[in-house]
Amino acid sequence: MFGWEFPPHILGGLGTASYGLTRGMAEQHDMELVFVIPKPHGDEDQSFLKIIGACNVPVVWKENDWHHVNQRIGHMMHPDEYFWLRNGIKYNYSRIYTNDLGCIDFSGRYPDNLIEEISNYEAVASVLAHQMQFDIIHSHDWLTYPAGVFAKQITGKPLVVHVHATDFDRSRGQVNPTVYSIEKRGMDAADHIITVSNLTRKIVIEKYHQDPRKITTVHNAVEPLPDAGSFTKTPRRDKVVTFLGRITMQKGPEYFVEAAYRVLQRTDGVRFVMAGSGDMMNAMINLVAKRGIADRFHFTGFLKGRQVHEMLAESDVYIMPSVSEPFGISPLEAMQVGTPTIISKQSGCAEILTHAIKTDYWDIDAMADAIYSIVKYPAMYDSLRNLGRDEVNAIRWYDAGMKVRSIYNSVLHY
Amino acid sequence: MKNICFYFQLHQPLRLKRYRFFDIGQDHYYFDDFQVEDRIRTVVEQAYLPANRTIAEMIRSSNGKFKCAFSISGVVLEQLEQFAPEVIDSFKELAKTHCVEFLAQPYAHSLASVFDAAEFEMQVEMHAAKIHDLFGVTPTAFANSELIYSDEIGELIYKMGYRTALIEEAKHVMGWKSPNYVYSHSYQPKLKLLVRNLKLSEDIYLRFSNPSWTDFPLTAEKYIHWIASSPQEEKIFNLWMGYETFGQLQRFESGIFDFLKAIPYYAMEHQIGFVLPSDAAKKAEPAAALQSPYPISWWGHEKDLSPWNGNDLQHEALQKLYSVGERVRLCQDKPLLHDWLEIQSAEHFRYMSHKDAFGTNYETAYDAFMNYMNVLADFLERVDAQYPTTIDNEELNELLKTINNQAKEIEELETKLKKLKSRKKD
Repeated sequence: MFGWEFPPHILGGLGTASYGLTRGMAEQHDMELVFVIPKPHGDEDQSFLKIIGACNVPVVWKENDWHHVNQRIGHMMHPDEYFWLRNGIKYNYSRIYTNDLGCIDFSGRYPDNLIEEISNYEAVASVLAHQMQFDIIHSHDWLTYPAGVFAKQITGKPLVVHVHATDFDRSRGQVNPTVYSIEKRGMDAADHIITVSNLTRKIVIEKYHQDPRKITTVHNAVEPLPDAGSFTKTPRRDKVVTFLGRITMQKGPEYFVEAAYRVLQRTDGVRFVMAGSGDMMNAMINLVAKRGIADRFHFTGFLKGRQVHEMLAESDVYIMPSVSEPFGISPLEAMQVGTPTIISKQSGCAEILTHAIKTDYWDIDAMADAIYSIVKYPAMYDSLRNLGRDEVNAIRWYDAGMKVRSIYNSVLHY
Repeated sequence: MKNICFYFQLHQPLRLKRYRFFDIGQDHYYFDDFQVEDRIRTVVEQAYLPANRTIAEMIRSSNGKFKCAFSISGVVLEQLEQFAPEVIDSFKELAKTHCVEFLAQPYAHSLASVFDAAEFEMQVEMHAAKIHDLFGVTPTAFANSELIYSDEIGELIYKMGYRTALIEEAKHVMGWKSPNYVYSHSYQPKLKLLVRNLKLSEDIYLRFSNPSWTDFPLTAEKYIHWIASSPQEEKIFNLWMGYETFGQLQRFESGIFDFLKAIPYYAMEHQIGFVLPSDAAKKAEPAAALQSPYPISWWGHEKDLSPWNGNDLQHEALQKLYSVGERVRLCQDKPLLHDWLEIQSAEHFRYMSHKDAFGTNYETAYDAFMNYMNVLADFLERVDAQYPTTIDNEELNELLKTINNQAKEIEELETKLKKLKSRKKD
């Protein structure tokens, strides 16, 4: 598998989904997983799969002695493996800047020279493809499609690409042509395409012109929260309605502010929280001030790790008015800690949830109505809380893993 | 001689419009007129009118031997008066043949029998009066909304003077007993119970046009043969269903009307007659008493109240609604009283069911709940505006009595005064 992120060092939903899926797949005992990421930190959980850091794979032949290699990368990879992989160098990559080991430095994030990093990752893939034994290539998201395609060209092994998002979701239609061409090339070369929702499936068919027969939806799931009971809700006089995520165009924060304005016109005793940061944060602060609701509308800035769950558990309502969300895992996390959830119909997770309120992202009246009724009627709150939690606990990565397995079987013609 | 007892139920709820919480206190009209008219016209043209024509013809061609009963809710009668008066006329024509019976039920097709006994009695009386106004007959048999029945409800209707009630073949009440006998209430032996034959009723409304059913296609000959070949002692076959079965649930093209028309012909061939619920109960001696401590209904597998009161949402909505029953009955405001009836229709709660929201126009149960509660919130505000909640019902009743009696008292005093004056003149 080629991926870009793996917990604990993650930047978005891709890392969470990669972890959950591989974990679920590892429960099948005849499945052996190798997961390639640009830059591991050494503290990843490798109990159920093997992680290879692209930054430790040599792409240019350099002579080094065993002890030097051990000293440099021994905490992440055995030196013998380094020397063994070095035999997989078949092409001349001396044009790429490499370090003393012949390896490439990756940032492992989303830097400005992302396109360059993607093509460097492709070079690493060629070395791995020549040297390793595997049955199937699985590429997570567009960053790793070129690597997957190259590996397929070298080995002739089937390629499955996993679409966690498309550029149409990220840009509200203002597609970046370079990104689009990478995505399209990956999908064209794939033997099978996995999408995280039917919404995404539709985009892949309509915008990327793929054959519907080779696209299957495998909905994401959510890792069970072992300490779900440890998050408590402090009793307070005011009800708390929370938006949590990147404050960007894709997430529809302005609809949340407008809905808040409508609710506050009729009721008090409700507070609104916008957690997270992003390029629209200042615009949102301005909008809140313009609507004159700043006394009841709060910004927390970026939250991470445990803070996220704490914030969710403290809330009476979680709302995700995303304009276009391929899946959206955070409503599931909110439901795990028993917080009633409002999601937009334009979110992929709406396809698998019944005990969440669904509205169109632009329908601020419906959104306001839903907020009002959850904070007003205990029956509504309790139903969404209890039935929602039960529902989400029944969505398991293992089942998603089984679906992926049946796709593997079909491309391998078992 | 074996008898078939047909009974058809007519009811359509007044659907609510999208009512946001901003509208509370601003807009006091709750109904989606377009949808209501559209739905009633559709069901009238597809089912009610052609079915009425068919039944009229069956009565004529069988020389009055074919008989059937109807229960028409007050809510749907009002809709028919407004949007399809020709249906009322055609029922009047049927009433003139004396081959049809109209059954009593709560006016609003409500769940009041379970939650508010006083409201229930008032609605049943109101419905009987409406039937009398329109068709010139007073109902003598009782079929509750959704055939909801329990010992307690049975006692209520017995006290109101009804001697026949229709109930569902619910396994936990019937046990091994056959529905094809007449039964009685568990401790009011004079109240007789007719029990729906579930299998034979479902054969018509559920399975008639289902090609994967082993007995497809169903012909009148086959159907009557099933009835004729039942044990000798089984005398009554209660075939009850919604009236929209004919033409809407089972399409005209399925041949449902021809099936219906052929029934009297084959029935007579096998010496099977038709009977009205009241007559059936009068003639027969009850075979046993049935106990039903908990309410049963004619929906779902459980045959209980869970389609309307099975989750927290429904529970809360019903509690809130019926908590003001007593207060509303003290009010005089006509539009308010009318809305009170309409928002009681059982369907509003059915739509809030997670598992069985039959016929819903909402996307989810939560959506239905939100909309209903907004309407209810406005309604409660209106009730509050009539008489503030700070005064409790008893006190209010006393005050109202004083106010109403004031007029009488003044009158009495005035006549006294006149008398005294005239005496003075003498």
